[in-house]
Amino acid sequence: MSELPLKGIRVIDVSVVWAAPYALQLLADYGAEIIKVESLQYIPPTTRSLGFFPPKEMVPILGALGRSFPDLDPGKRPWNRLSAFNCHFRNKHSCTMDLRRPKGKEMFKRLVEISDMVIENNAAGVMDRLGLGYEVLSEWKPDIIMVSSPGFGKSGPYSNYVGFGNSMMALTGFNWIRGYRDSAPETTTTSVWLDSASGPAIAFAAMMALHHRDNTGRGQFIEFAQAENLINHIGDVVLDYTMNGRVQGTPGNRHPYSAAPYGCYRCKPESRKVRPDVFAPNQYADDQWINISVFNEKQWQGLCRVMGNPEWAHDKKFSDVLSRYQNQDELDKHIEEWTSKLDKYEVFHSLQKEGVPAGPVLDDKDAYNDPHLKDRGFFEEVTGPELGTHLYPGMTWKMSKTPGSIRKPPVRLGEDNEYVYKTLLGVSAEEYAELEKEQHIGMDYVGV
Amino acid sequence: MVEQALSDVQVLDLTWHIAGPYCTKLFADYGADVIKIEKPGEGDPARRMAPFFKDSPHPEKSGFFLHLNTNKRSITLNLKSSTGKKIFKDLVRDTDILVENFSPHVMPSLGLSYEELEKINPKLVMTSISNFGQTGPYRDYKASDIIEEGMGQAMYVRGLPDREPQKLAANIMGYQGGNVGATASMVAFHVARRKGIGQHVDVSIMECGLTAIDMRPGYLVGYQYTGLVGTREDAAVFGIMPFGVFPTQDGFVEIAVTPAHWPRIVKMLNMPDLPERFPNIFDMERRGEFEAILRVWLLEHTKQEAMEIAQAQKAYLVALKTPGDLAEDPHFKERQFWVEIDHPVTGKLTHPGPNFRSEETPWLVRRPAPLLGQHNHEVYCDQLGYSKGDLVKLGEMGVI
Repeated sequence: MSELPLKGIRVIDVSVVWAAPYALQLLADYGAEIIKVESLQYIPPTTRSLGFFPPKEMVPILGALGRSFPDLDPGKRPWNRLSAFNCHFRNKHSCTMDLRRPKGKEMFKRLVEISDMVIENNAAGVMDRLGLGYEVLSEWKPDIIMVSSPGFGKSGPYSNYVGFGNSMMALTGFNWIRGYRDSAPETTTTSVWLDSASGPAIAFAAMMALHHRDNTGRGQFIEFAQAENLINHIGDVVLDYTMNGRVQGTPGNRHPYSAAPYGCYRCKPESRKVRPDVFAPNQYADDQWINISVFNEKQWQGLCRVMGNPEWAHDKKFSDVLSRYQNQDELDKHIEEWTSKLDKYEVFHSLQKEGVPAGPVLDDKDAYNDPHLKDRGFFEEVTGPELGTHLYPGMTWKMSKTPGSIRKPPVRLGEDNEYVYKTLLGVSAEEYAELEKEQHIGMDYVGV
Repeated sequence: MVEQALSDVQVLDLTWHIAGPYCTKLFADYGADVIKIEKPGEGDPARRMAPFFKDSPHPEKSGFFLHLNTNKRSITLNLKSSTGKKIFKDLVRDTDILVENFSPHVMPSLGLSYEELEKINPKLVMTSISNFGQTGPYRDYKASDIIEEGMGQAMYVRGLPDREPQKLAANIMGYQGGNVGATASMVAFHVARRKGIGQHVDVSIMECGLTAIDMRPGYLVGYQYTGLVGTREDAAVFGIMPFGVFPTQDGFVEIAVTPAHWPRIVKMLNMPDLPERFPNIFDMERRGEFEAILRVWLLEHTKQEAMEIAQAQKAYLVALKTPGDLAEDPHFKERQFWVEIDHPVTGKLTHPGPNFRSEETPWLVRRPAPLLGQHNHEVYCDQLGYSKGDLVKLGEMGVI
């Protein structure tokens, strides 16, 4: 077997929720040793819990939330069983220490001394207040690389602002340009794309700093303000304002500038397995959809051929790119009339065969059944203690000579305490027992 | 000269549209020398993508192109001509990372597959970003941002239950493909530097969507755990606690209140009798009554005022900023986020600043997005040793 690309790189993970955990997942998938430092005394909200741990009886009435546990059972240790976090916990190690007490700090220091990087995304100032800011860490290990990724950075009026991920995006302009185009912003539903955009870029920042350290022997501190990274992902929208003074609204599912038809069209419904024992009203939904995008005349002609050259398509309202863009309401109605009787995969393949960009909207089941993803071996089977055997989303990219893989199941709280304390830190059996007694080391939250 | 982290990295850029250029932009902005190869006469199709400076379509005035190609050098080269291929291979010899985002059949059909290029430069990292990846039945299928989102991301679960699935903003999948491509390239480059092993990196934008942490992977694992498919659902509301978007005097704010945050909203409204008037915050019957009070208060304030009052109490209320507000926003101004970039055709324009701040090895604007073929002389004559006369000949032959 080839050696993993990031073998030998050790990263301390003091991350919460999704943004930095996604970055650390990427580094872990390709071989870095990620040591998640957790605490038995503090359960960070939406990191190993939904803010609370429901009793088993309550799970079915939680609807979508309840989907999180295997077989809808929170089990003895619900914090090890949540899908929202187990999707990124693979390949990581977990140890526990209470960073608020001197002994925990001492252990953290010993861990820093043998690590390459520290990556965290706590609220601005948390690490400093714990006495674990970059100034301190770099005294312990001069070439340490630290990436801190709070939502708005360490300075400025919003640096201490609070909110859920979705609201943080409201401050970047991102939420303004998404949502249905024909209804008020109230109907825009939740997303935390902020975290999706941050993950790879945090990993990029860390790898960049590592390259610099390889060259010069110097570590560094990187301040990763997630909002500023996301603004770069809507740079064209920002430039439309700075160049033209234009404040873009939401194009909804339409193309923001020029292509038409461009949208999401209803296909033939398809019922799926339901769980009447679960309160999730919309699990009975059978709606299916196809996205179609036409950028030029050739693709338009292809679309017309596949639709069987209907008479309406010859109307002068649809005779060129501009008129199609201007008459989209009517155009969309015609197209949906055609797609609504057809299977989404059927529309997909027949359009692609004629060179027309199209793609089905895949639900969870569709993704696992998709022949393309099967052919590429995207999903990987993993067996986890306390979890059983399941398929998980696999590698984000493929490497021809040093591929990544899922080698370790979603990590349980404190699962690698023995390895971290005894093997890495050289803690004696007596001291280990003492740390257990003092509730630094363990696999259960204190007081849960 | 200030040292940048990637100053010693040589990138050859065969990218177009959004995904590939965003990948190489990250390299260029942190110091790499990125040579962007464009088709003679036409260049990157992003040059013809709106929005344009002063709304006037022109290959040097596209907002997309100006944003995505900062700090790069542009040369023109016809990869279909044999001389063009020879020059390209000369450039590959000294390249650390080659990034391309053509359809997967293009590079092999030009005789420039990884297997061929590896022979010239065994340490080469070649990153290919494509819609569906280099292999598999959809390999050569066409896509757009909404198509990538529907197939890869959680589009099916976004939106209202009785309406169509809702796409996220703008061109996020393209940007994410570049974002992941840059990270993947750095990981492969790490192996090349430390061990001398080059390789081919295959980035499928669809798969970038499937692992992008915003909902999709959690739902996918949830389906494995329970057999329940994620669907669009109405937002859960609890008692009188407001959740969602509300209008103010001059726009909107987003509010989230949980039982733990209720006292903060009381303080924000500065109505100490509220707990008395609403002793049971879980009383759904009185939701409308409380919402009316909140709405009146919000309409007495601007979105910025409401946010500042709320945040002083740690209440979860933020302003829903438009892209126009953003440029004037006090936070990003104080952090000196925006940068002014002077461009020979458009003059000075305000651009977004650094993705992240690495003081030791900063993000820098060394040059604006290049004019088409602006650096032909620099690269062909100064670097590869062609004479001025050769350059004219190559131009006449349609090579550059």
